[in-house]
Amino acid sequence: MSQTFILDGKTIPFADGQTIMQAATQAGVFIPHLCYHPDFKPHGSCKLCTVKVNGRQTASCTMRAMAGMVVESDTPEINAERLTLTQMLFVEGNHFCPSCEQSGNCQLQATAYHLGMMSPHFDHFFPNRAVDASHPEVLLDFNRCILCSLCVRASRDVDGKNVFALSGRGIKTHLIVNAKSGQLADTHFTLDDKAAQVCPVGVILKKRRGFAVPIGERTYDKQPISATVDAAEGN
Amino acid sequence: MNAPKKKLKVATTSLAGCFGCHMSLLDIDERLFTLLEHIEFDRSPLTDIKTVSPDCDIGIIEGGLCNAENVHVLREFRDNCKILIAIGACAINGGLPAQRNHLPLTTILEEVYHTSPGLSNGMIPNDPELPLPLNKVHPIHEVVKIDYFMPGCPPSADAIWKVLTDLLAGKEPELGHGLMHYD
Ligand code: SF4
Ligand code: SF4
Ligand code: FES
Repeated sequence: MSQTFILDGKTIPFADGQTIMQAATQAGVFIPHLCYHPDFKPHGSCKLCTVKVNGRQTASCTMRAMAGMVVESDTPEINAERLTLTQMLFVEGNHFCPSCEQSGNCQLQATAYHLGMMSPHFDHFFPNRAVDASHPEVLLDFNRCILCSLCVRASRDVDGKNVFALSGRGIKTHLIVNAKSGQLADTHFTLDDKAAQVCPVGVILKKRRGFAVPIGERTYDKQPISATVDAAEGN
Repeated sequence: MNAPKKKLKVATTSLAGCFGCHMSLLDIDERLFTLLEHIEFDRSPLTDIKTVSPDCDIGIIEGGLCNAENVHVLREFRDNCKILIAIGACAINGGLPAQRNHLPLTTILEEVYHTSPGLSNGMIPNDPELPLPLNKVHPIHEVVKIDYFMPGCPPSADAIWKVLTDLLAGKEPELGHGLMHYD
């Protein structure tokens, strides 16, 4: 790791082939992200990880690090744009956190806290996608899906089951279950699947778990999402 | 010596709210006395004043919009308050009441007032005295301009205290880790 680049004035070492996101995470620097997950190939849909490289905006989860590049991430300008993207995700779905089982453990919510989101600003879409409660152990609430495709990638690349897919175009794009009936019960999906663990929001929920963790002890009660990077992967 | 400062007039109301945000406001406990050195309450569920005074400084609104009267009251607040604050999830995004938005209104009214078992001679109330429900529940910023938002269901007393004291100090309100909550 003899090569380095500059991120917000800090020198970040990287290995050949690493993205800006990977190198930054390894150095313990948090860059907001929703569709990036260290175990999977990048997807590039949420755009929360946008940074400026030599003055131009790009997704840091897909951009390879290059020696000597100058990257801006934690700036008022870029954080304001991240806030707008987050607000767009909130109004596109039904994010009623007060009754969501994922509240306190949700990456979208924690990212919104991190960016100081006091309101979703835009008019709400109030989508109406039916819940899939067919599976004995898992419930799907599609109205919270942010189309990050992590479940799609996990099911295809790790579980080898291809249970999920993104379908449709434009604002009508939505998550589907790959079964003739479209129902989760008619797939080989189980709770042990990687796809059951990766959803960053509250779509794929274990049935009968019901608000098990006391308020104050949930993931992002204890520390803001920006602090989780050093804990998880920093060195 | 400084001349005593004029107190700010603060009006509050609950639209399609549960009064929980008002309870959380009262949760600032003895800090209410400090607050009352800086403000006086105008129209509010806590006072007997029936209409908002034309020179109100701050209006605090809990609850979204679920019926015609809510819209009327919200407009009255906007017309008379220099600053409008949306408090709580309901005012901000419709909140849990907006979970009715994917059901047709007629189905809901039918089920509650007409067909539900245990009702005798059920009928949907139709007296003109009653405000008509809106087809959907709306966040209040969709109808009037809102100047500040206090998230939470409800926001904690400390969060409310922080926003109010920031505003009284002439600062942009900010909630850091621990005070910022949507649930
Ligand atoms: S998925 Fe996250 S942001 Fe959406 S309602 Fe649940 S906790 Fe809130
Ligand atoms: S269900 Fe969850 S993991 Fe799958 S695409 Fe939607 S948000 Fe991403
Ligand atoms: S994390 Fe890079 S686009 Fe989503």
